[in-house]
Amino acid sequence: MGDPAGPRRPYRNVARWIEKTGIDLLNMRREEAEAIFRRIGITFAVYGEGGDPERLIPFDMIPRIFSAAEWRRVSAGVKQRARALNAFLYDIYHRGEIIRAGIIPEHLIYQNEAFLPEMVGVEPPGRVYSHIVGVDIVRTDAEDFLVLEDNCRTPSGVSYMLENREIMMRMFPELFARSNVAPVDTYPDELKKSLAEVAPPACKGDPCIALLTPGPFNSAYYEHSYLADLMGIELVEPGDLFVDEGKVWMRTTRGPQRLDVIYRRIDDDYIDPLAFRSDSMLGVQGLFNAYRAGNVTLCSAPGAGIADDKAIYIFVPDMVRFYLGEEPILKNVQTWRCALDDDRAYVLDNLKDLVVKEVHGSGGYGMLVGPKATKEERRVYAERIKADPDNFIAQPTLNLSTSPTLGEEGLSGRHVDFRPYCLVGADTRLVPGGLTRVALTKGSLVVNSSQGGGVKDTWVLSE
Amino acid sequence: MMLSRTANNLFWLARYMERAEATARLIEMGQRMALLPGPKESNEWRSVMMAAGAVDAVDGDKAVSEARVVKTLLLSADNPTSVRYCMERARANARAVRTSLTQQQWETLNDGWRRFEKMTTSEARKNLGDHLDWVKTRTATFRGATEGFMLRNDRYDFLHLGGYIERANMTLRLLDVKYYVLLPETEVVGGGRDHYQWRSILLALSGHRAYHHNYAGDYSPWKITDFLVLSPRFPRSLKFCYGGIRLHLDRLAEHYGERHECCKTADEMLERLNTKDLGEIFQSGLHEFIMGAIGTTYRLSDEISDAYHF
Amino acid sequence: MEHRIRHLSTYSYDPAALRIALRLKLFPVDHEGQQVESWKVTVNDEEVSPLVFSDLGDREALWSSHEAIDRLDIVAEGKIVTRDTAGVVRGLPGNAPPGIFRRVTDLTEADKAIRALIADARQDDRLAMLHGLMGQINERVTYLTGSTSASTSAADALKSGKGVCQDHAHLFIAACRAADIPARYITGYLKPDADSDIEAPAAALQAQGQSQSQSQSQGSDKSDGQSQSQSQESGPLLETHAWGEAWIDGIGWIGFDPSNNVCPTENYVRLCSGLDAVGAAPIRGNVLGETKESLEVSVAIGQSQQ
Repeated sequence: MGDPAGPRRPYRNVARWIEKTGIDLLNMRREEAEAIFRRIGITFAVYGEGGDPERLIPFDMIPRIFSAAEWRRVSAGVKQRARALNAFLYDIYHRGEIIRAGIIPEHLIYQNEAFLPEMVGVEPPGRVYSHIVGVDIVRTDAEDFLVLEDNCRTPSGVSYMLENREIMMRMFPELFARSNVAPVDTYPDELKKSLAEVAPPACKGDPCIALLTPGPFNSAYYEHSYLADLMGIELVEPGDLFVDEGKVWMRTTRGPQRLDVIYRRIDDDYIDPLAFRSDSMLGVQGLFNAYRAGNVTLCSAPGAGIADDKAIYIFVPDMVRFYLGEEPILKNVQTWRCALDDDRAYVLDNLKDLVVKEVHGSGGYGMLVGPKATKEERRVYAERIKADPDNFIAQPTLNLSTSPTLGEEGLSGRHVDFRPYCLVGADTRLVPGGLTRVALTKGSLVVNSSQGGGVKDTWVLSE
Repeated sequence: MMLSRTANNLFWLARYMERAEATARLIEMGQRMALLPGPKESNEWRSVMMAAGAVDAVDGDKAVSEARVVKTLLLSADNPTSVRYCMERARANARAVRTSLTQQQWETLNDGWRRFEKMTTSEARKNLGDHLDWVKTRTATFRGATEGFMLRNDRYDFLHLGGYIERANMTLRLLDVKYYVLLPETEVVGGGRDHYQWRSILLALSGHRAYHHNYAGDYSPWKITDFLVLSPRFPRSLKFCYGGIRLHLDRLAEHYGERHECCKTADEMLERLNTKDLGEIFQSGLHEFIMGAIGTTYRLSDEISDAYHF
Repeated sequence: MEHRIRHLSTYSYDPAALRIALRLKLFPVDHEGQQVESWKVTVNDEEVSPLVFSDLGDREALWSSHEAIDRLDIVAEGKIVTRDTAGVVRGLPGNAPPGIFRRVTDLTEADKAIRALIADARQDDRLAMLHGLMGQINERVTYLTGSTSASTSAADALKSGKGVCQDHAHLFIAACRAADIPARYITGYLKPDADSDIEAPAAALQAQGQSQSQSQSQGSDKSDGQSQSQSQESGPLLETHAWGEAWIDGIGWIGFDPSNNVCPTENYVRLCSGLDAVGAAPIRGNVLGETKESLEVSVAIGQSQQ
């Protein structure tokens, strides 16, 4: 809030309720909620930070709210983007029309580490490569939604969307009775439907689907087991699978069972030591060729990651125009490519106003937030940019909208972003909700859970 | 049908829970015996360590201190019979099969699982009783959650098979450590010392009350052995455990429509326990019988793994 | 020319490996200069057929052992007819855009010296330029068996001035890509001319890296890539060989063999391709179990009696 005109319209109901409930009670409820999270075991490990290997992501009790009209726009924009990204992936792994048309420079594709030459010519069922597209969206004013980045591999966090809602409904049933909040609990069914739709064409009857996890030591293991459970599919580890006769089998108490679709939460590099990193202890020998032979579907497809590469990001609006013949509904954040001389000069001159990111980095690591950095930090970073300009892009520090958040001293505005999870099978589906991440430190723009961000429930109000 | 790994995790989850409880009861017995008037030269902590398989931590004939027992059997992170190790392994196995467990089963294992992580030996000894009670409460709650809410499918059977095998194993291990005080000829040696030893065996299996009830306070090695091996009613007797094993193997055989080698092994063992009386068992040698039963139980565990591909 | 080929790779494991999985790219395909009349691949006498028909033009098969194993005999054999096309390779299956083969790999990264090499060779006529490049490489890097390893990069080979066919091919590819010319690595067989200046290397016996770990897989790439030959009791002298192919607009893919300073003739049989020797490894394996692996390769390639 923090707006003298009072809360935005969709928040009014909640604002009245907060006033009535009082901060003390809310704080008490938050402790209750955290105790529940801890007991259920919704935890998130952060690599290399030591401390509690299974820690909680802080949960904020105040929901982030979209009006029905706002959601219509976000939803249409996200689906449009998901379709364009998949069309792009099909294209670059076939004829490369977008390169021939001169829209994207060839080297940004073929020289890209995320591009997999072995995928060229492979026909994934339904021509879908990225079956779950997580689009990170921020808002700068009442009208504008901007896309920060796309996540086309295996975007995580959807379990928070589901669990946050569960907790909120458990804590504040009266609030839901009063507000008309669209449900999100259909997500597992929709996901399963999408996965079933991309089963290999030769698969008859109900496809056998499994979720492939690296195992309990993965930071998102909770989510893996939670989703597998809600979908009613097996949660498998690489050791549970093997390839024989070019087909993929699951070891069960009845002996081998044929597998048709794998929702894999293991990175490309590690899925098959015969095809990729030969030192991978996680992989299934021969899995990639079983996939290329069309005997099993991998979701997402190997090589889908190139679509969310930061060097490719700036071309997504062009993709929407090129493949769909539509105007993009969601805009990109203005982005300077340090690889280009003019852009680099501008970036180096304006470091103190910009956010600079590594092209292949993720999770908020290795980035420079100009306004927050010291002069010395900016100087060191400038040297890094000059040494390897291709590896950096820059964006303006956005005047991000804030969302009311409960702190020790009451409500105050904190920066948020939002990730809806678009499902792509035969249809493109979007459950009305997503993951709202909030920067809990006042003024901070970094919402990554690995860097002290928290989460909120996200409400889409029905008409 | 389920993943082979799931069956493996459930089987071992139950084994570790059962073992954690057995170790806790062993420590409890040791503590109780140390308080009772009795010959000080018989170091009960030593046999506690032996029964818990912590042979390496015992230095020859030297007496073992309570501190050492607490360190090895309660707090050790790598002794496979320590309470901490068992609780952590049980939870790790549960975590890998969370979706096969009820919410309550999982919460029982997850709640406070890091309790012993940073505890020092002296801290642990200060409230030893509380810690042992905590373990017993965990295992009892888990058992309750299992019986009350778990679907009676093959998962349930694998869980119970692990539990019964571990329990049979524990009873046999205790008999193995203590068999010499149960041999008839030691009765001649007799006296207060043996009475004290016999009680300790029953205490370790929390069977003293039940035994008392059954035999009205008549302690004799013959009867104690009968109780631990052949009682159809005492839930830690070998016969009772094998009865449970066969029940669940039969259920699996029906479920999967196939009988495996493991069924035969369990049947044969049960047949022996049903038809032989104690005299025959003693005749062929108690120690030999115990060693044979330990071997059979190990083999059975392997045969179950083979039959269900885990 | 008609070639009868029998390519045998024998791997021994001591102690036995718990499980072995193989990816085989041992399936030559037809193009204008090459016709596969018959071909068969077996692993321990079990016939293996291609599972994947890659758009990059190759066939790939999988094989895995079902039990512990101490020996692998991988045999690829058959009859192939070739004719001279001045190195031009047309009519391969697969539609991959040539631009993909500008992709730089670890083994084909161009350093200053390689960029200088291609800058010196630069001329308007692409074909002449690549012939010049091939000659330069042949001159600057002396063929010397055992002077480099499977993991030697193009830049290192140029620096040392010594290498084998793998290094020549890598260097050629790296230089092409540095000049924005798509280029790829070819693994194949060569029937050497009598006056070839390459000595047939001695029987190849390679002990490869040890694979560890009891329960987890540990990789071992069998991308030997080195030119290996061995005289067999029945067959004449022969070699597995490696060379490069470059893409020239208007012509297509053309082979260049810097080791012999010629474009492939009818003496060359093309087996498979890749971005570098790792990608074009005919046999790649993944071994489970703590074991030591040793390899013996023999290839018999002979001209048929007409």
